[in-house]
Amino acid sequence: MIDDTTFWTLTILLGIGTFLIRFSFLGFFGRRQLPDWAVLHLKYVGVGVLPAMVTPLVLWPQATGGETEPARIIAALVTFLVALRLSVTGALVAGMGTLYLMQALL
Amino acid sequence: MTRAAFWQGYRDCAPFVTVVIPFSLLFGVVARDAGLDILQVMTMSVLVIAGASQFTALALLQEHAPVFIALTAALAVNLRMALYSAALVPHVGHARLGVRALMAYLMVDQAYAVAVKTYEEKPGMSRDERVAYYFGVMALICPFWYGCTLLGALVGTAIPASLQLDFAGPVCFIAITAPLLRSLPHMLAAAVSVVCAILFAGFPAGLGLIAAALVAMLVGAQAELALRRRAARLTSGGRA
Repeated sequence: MIDDTTFWTLTILLGIGTFLIRFSFLGFFGRRQLPDWAVLHLKYVGVGVLPAMVTPLVLWPQATGGETEPARIIAALVTFLVALRLSVTGALVAGMGTLYLMQALL
Repeated sequence: MTRAAFWQGYRDCAPFVTVVIPFSLLFGVVARDAGLDILQVMTMSVLVIAGASQFTALALLQEHAPVFIALTAALAVNLRMALYSAALVPHVGHARLGVRALMAYLMVDQAYAVAVKTYEEKPGMSRDERVAYYFGVMALICPFWYGCTLLGALVGTAIPASLQLDFAGPVCFIAITAPLLRSLPHMLAAAVSVVCAILFAGFPAGLGLIAAALVAMLVGAQAELALRRRAARLTSGGRA
């Protein structure tokens, strides 16, 4: 059980903190012209953040207690290939489908 | 035509609903499981609206970690959004302060990735169209996030664990990353990001992610500069 005071303190502070993180650059520097070097690096935010976010989720999932599961790695690769070649929707379906299939087979 | 841009964003983001549904359902279930009541679950989802950090905070509170620790870890997970915030400046930084505040509240991974990809592909979009597009993207995600969290909280453990709903998270992130790999520097940056995430796995929650992202951005930018230099050399060499 999580007691009420703890929960509300955390939730309100996390709400405010998360908003400030999101607001930061857009809010405070929104109307300023960013220097060229910043714009150059910011083009790579997406490809810098998202793979690093996915990697541990695939390799050491919480659902297995951090144990590496081949089924998840295969499903992640299939998702990637389908997303690259076909479509987003196809990738989402193929990703979950492959996981179910692999878990049934392996 | 801002109305057309809004609906374009709405349509472009539609596929992601298929993963927002399981992910938010799962949060509802897990949160109820942790002993939160419906009001608490919903307040958290509406105030924070960042799934990964909500899971992190909840897991730590359940392990009786001090509030300060749970808060720091959850905020670290969300720190990546400061990068999204910066990356959006060149595209929608012109908007009024109130509009930017609303955009900030709605800033999730899908919104950032789908919107910036479109902005870069269609440099001809007007300022108003870019803002409308952004809201179109979130107009679909946001209600599903709230609604399915509530559904998950109500249905609770009736959802079997064998559905592996947690995997919807990584599947979604992979599906939004693949279309971003449109040049050699982008691919290089993504590869570096994966390798660094493994190398930095021992870092405290969230910080490894930020470190990996920064290294990857540096590599991507340097690779782009190197390619530009080579192209310049080739053209000048051709003339000589």
